[in-house]
Amino acid sequence: MNFADEKFELIEIQRLEGHTDRVWSVAWKPGSGGNGVPALLASCSGDKTFSSFDAATAIWENVGDDFECISTLEGHENEVKSVSWNASGSLLATCGRDKSVWIWEVLSHNEFDCFSVLQGHTPDVKMVHWHPFMDILFSFSYDNTIKFKIFKAEDGDSDDWHCVQTLGESNSGHTSTVWALSFNANGDKMVSCSDDLTVKIWGADIARMQSADGNAPWTHLCTLFGYHDRTIFSVHCSREGIIASGAADDAMCLFVESEDGLVDEPFYKLLLKKEKAHDMDVNAVQWCSAENTLLASASDDGTVKIWQLTSSSGNEKLSL
Amino acid sequence: MTLGLINANPVVHAKKERVVRTEDSHTDDAVDPLEIYDFVRDIRDPEHPYSLEQLSVLSEESITVDEKLGRILITFTPTIQHCSMVTVIGLCLREKLKDHFPPHFKVDIKVAPGSHANEESVNKQLNDKERVSAALENPHLRQLVDECLYSSEL
Repeated sequence: MNFADEKFELIEIQRLEGHTDRVWSVAWKPGSGGNGVPALLASCSGDKTFSSFDAATAIWENVGDDFECISTLEGHENEVKSVSWNASGSLLATCGRDKSVWIWEVLSHNEFDCFSVLQGHTPDVKMVHWHPFMDILFSFSYDNTIKFKIFKAEDGDSDDWHCVQTLGESNSGHTSTVWALSFNANGDKMVSCSDDLTVKIWGADIARMQSADGNAPWTHLCTLFGYHDRTIFSVHCSREGIIASGAADDAMCLFVESEDGLVDEPFYKLLLKKEKAHDMDVNAVQWCSAENTLLASASDDGTVKIWQLTSSSGNEKLSL
Repeated sequence: MTLGLINANPVVHAKKERVVRTEDSHTDDAVDPLEIYDFVRDIRDPEHPYSLEQLSVLSEESITVDEKLGRILITFTPTIQHCSMVTVIGLCLREKLKDHFPPHFKVDIKVAPGSHANEESVNKQLNDKERVSAALENPHLRQLVDECLYSSEL
């Protein structure tokens, strides 16, 4: 995509209504949405359910098999706050108001089996997110920090989670609650957003990470400030490196890396701001991994919206 | 919870005279700070059998509205610096005003600057919608809040 010369727009192509309370989070199943595979979208809500929407059909409805899943996934004691698929789509992590993190294994036929429950390892976990290709679980919290954990399966039954690093104010971290985090496609850059009204970009040495089973330090690269005037609840990087953000000012922003920065310092600029993307707070934004220009958003207004990123050159869809 | 009252001898003020308002506030979208004040002034204090207005926790100046931006700020003053009921009062305000405004309005609730020892932490909790939601799911807190909101209607 040519970000410098063309003008871009976000066009709403679908609105999903069905949750009876605010929608906190939305996630596309990896590998779906392109190459003839129907897109599968999961969303979770204050109505204490977890819904799977089949994007291939014109009507958005709960897939029949999932009634069974929903009863299993009601393991959380109260609101399901966040969902995240790992890279292969074999594991789903959910994080609830009850402060626990649940790991679900995906069986065949879209059935889910609870694999692990992690209790109280971080006070008030806001969201959980997997690294794009390593099974490292990142969590971030009301205490303004970001923590990463590596899962080590021990012999026998005990599963061991180790916290590898904590990013706080002393690392140029956030000065208020961290609400979300996202990785670029290479897995060597991470974007976080916060109640402190900033979006921060972090980097790590990927080779070191791979050789040390995920154990490599992350450093602050850049802070984006002044684009949202209320809590930023969500960020997500597309495969092409477009950062989407969603905030309590009802708006969404898209950022791209710019050529104008110094040689060693990555520099990001605003591609577009979608004011009034929803009627109320935008709680989540997520790009579809197989279809680069599709973006899903979830809001306090109870809806999930699907957006298409288009360019002024008139193409309905941008080719990859 | 604490055994004795935090503030055993609060200063109680007389209720201000009420201005009769017409009932057509629902027809227009304008948000009137005095109308909001009317709606919250009688919330009962969690500890004392008086309203927030009588204890000067709230006053007309507590409410500021920015129509253009769609922002509402409510500032309240706990009776003492170490009031441990401060978050309950904040929750009462949140719950009372829930769904009261057109959806695009954003409501911030804070303690008056310098009025509480844990000002920053209290403000952070009261303006984290997730924490507020979680607090209101706690049966004990819920009961406290309900008592403050509904006793004034008896």
